[in-house]
Amino acid sequence: MSTTVELIVSAFLLMGGSFVLLGSFGLLKLPDFFTRLHAPTKATTLGMAGLLIGSMIYFFAAEQRLMVHELLITLFLLITAPVSAHMLAKTALHHRVKSIKRTHGRGLTEAARERQVPSFSEDRSQ
Amino acid sequence: MKLQKRNRWIPMPAQSFILFIVWLLLNNSVAPGQILLGAFLAWVIPLLVAPMQASQPRVLRHGLAVRYTLMVMYDILVANFEVAMRVLGPNRRLNPAFVAVPLDLEGSLPITLLASTISLTPGTVSAEVSENQRWLYVHALHLEDETALIEQIKSRYEAPLKEIFGC
Repeated sequence: MSTTVELIVSAFLLMGGSFVLLGSFGLLKLPDFFTRLHAPTKATTLGMAGLLIGSMIYFFAAEQRLMVHELLITLFLLITAPVSAHMLAKTALHHRVKSIKRTHGRGLTEAARERQVPSFSEDRSQ
Repeated sequence: MKLQKRNRWIPMPAQSFILFIVWLLLNNSVAPGQILLGAFLAWVIPLLVAPMQASQPRVLRHGLAVRYTLMVMYDILVANFEVAMRVLGPNRRLNPAFVAVPLDLEGSLPITLLASTISLTPGTVSAEVSENQRWLYVHALHLEDETALIEQIKSRYEAPLKEIFGC
């Protein structure tokens, strides 16, 4: 395997690794549950994409085989990440998990919890 | 809104096709045996699960669907950088918010797609849908202008989805 390919693969791995790290760091650092939800759902998608592209290039160069598993992993990740984020947010609403004080529109959480329409507009409820 | 018509022997042709392709990808091979097995599974599994599936609106505009997918891919890329920036910045500059977005879309599948798109794109996670499917509750990591956010969601994501499903 030539040095150029190695460099490209390393670049992808580094980029992917840093985004996954950033996602985990966000999980640690952000102030409340709802904001924490954002870091791993988003930063991780690109991080995984970087790692998987790196892996694809590596196997293509090293073993002359086209590995397509990685594409499938990306696909599954894209399908599952938003669903799990949604379920987590829903559960948090249900358990009345506290959001930080300055969260705008906190009044909406009660309506959202009961799956009702927001109180400010009854006219659209039909 | 057009609902899917069912063929008795191949009830879900699109899903069958995807299943077949995914089977070959998972096995990473196009050997005749795998093709045969994949085709068999792609035929039998939809036959078994079709009665459980609720009828969903059909994709009417395929070209637009492809364009929408590419646009979402690009937005995911942007979202990643944006969220990374926000994570690195100080917490006190964050301005998190709950926003209720009025929905014009109808049907579970289009709303699910919209909610998933919102979760994957800049600074927003969909949290809940009202029971009558008219409102989507969204949590934003950093809100600058509520009307602008709602407007962006409606024009950038909801409008094309509406056209794709014709509802």
